[in-house]
Amino acid sequence: MRYRQAIALLALVGLFVALYLWLHALGFGGPIKCGTGGCDTVQTSPWAVFLGLPVAFYGVVGYCAIFVVALVALRPAALLEQKWNILLAGLATVGVLFTAYLTYLELFVIHAICRWCVGSAIIIAAIWIVALLSLRSPATRTDPGASRPPLDRQA
Amino acid sequence: MNRFFVVVVVVGVVLAGAVFALLKTGGGAPAAAAGPPPTVVDDGFRGYSLGSGDAPVEITEYLDFECPVCASFATIQMPTIKEQLINTGRVRWRYRDFPLPIHKYSRFAAHATQCAGAQGKFHEMHDQLFYRHQWAQTGKDPSRLFRDLAKAAGVDLTAYDTCMQEGRYAARIEFSRQEGDQLLVDGTPTFFVNGKKLTFRRLPNSDDFKAIVDSIITHSPPKPRARQERH
Repeated sequence: MRYRQAIALLALVGLFVALYLWLHALGFGGPIKCGTGGCDTVQTSPWAVFLGLPVAFYGVVGYCAIFVVALVALRPAALLEQKWNILLAGLATVGVLFTAYLTYLELFVIHAICRWCVGSAIIIAAIWIVALLSLRSPATRTDPGASRPPLDRQA
Repeated sequence: MNRFFVVVVVVGVVLAGAVFALLKTGGGAPAAAAGPPPTVVDDGFRGYSLGSGDAPVEITEYLDFECPVCASFATIQMPTIKEQLINTGRVRWRYRDFPLPIHKYSRFAAHATQCAGAQGKFHEMHDQLFYRHQWAQTGKDPSRLFRDLAKAAGVDLTAYDTCMQEGRYAARIEFSRQEGDQLLVDGTPTFFVNGKKLTFRRLPNSDDFKAIVDSIITHSPPKPRARQERH
């Protein structure tokens, strides 16, 4: 359960990072808060649009999906179901691969680093690692309010 | 479990507030020149250009004056391109505006170049904006700085001020942007060589353009073109 809670919180943070970049791409607000010109360089490059939509939009959708799935997986009835861990790991893997592609573009094609993108990359990498750990670990009940000892069976 | 959802709600509210604060930036957009016009009219203008009207290759650049990549291209690659391709009569280079919505002052900057262009100083103002591009990083209202740049470009400020206050070329800039949309311009700078969009997976440099122009001139005989004056 702790893994799913951690994933939900990380996805929530990532969701707002992507939301900020997406709203900025839609023209809301002034210059992007970045600290360097890197964000602007990345956001105005041709690679800031993927299949006709701002890349940040896919981030919003992806983080939203992970967040919702993590919350659904936290229902008492779902806590012992391993399929939710698999689904979360699958979503996180897609996110990590897409982020790896975007990071490659930043480093080797655009030659600029966007701090928000780096932040998002760290978040999705953390989600991915936690999701993998959840696959390796038994889905035990670790609610501190529970009086019974942890189960040692695989869900 | 309930405590966790309280944490989620609190974190969500805090982050939503942070995003709102980040998006809420000060500085009002100056004059009618800063925003899109209520109506768009084709005045027949197709951009200021450099080079001979008889050049066998025409390159159109869709640019955004607040875009750092455009500034980098203009200050690093363009001098070589001018020397090797434009001044030698092989290329005519045309500038089209494509102000991106993420940039607060790009439309205003484009308008400043159009007002300067009305006085025959488009290229001078273009260079002023790109060679002194720090304005694009500050987020501050650049209207006063642009007046200084216009003055440095040799623009008459009385006529410039009137032009900017009227937003005289706002419709022209929006027409150019919509034209870019129709041509599937999805970022800046985007280049078209004799009408064909360049699809580089990186920013092309002067060597790339030289190779493209060499290839076109070598493999296709130049077509007769109507001579056009430098705008």
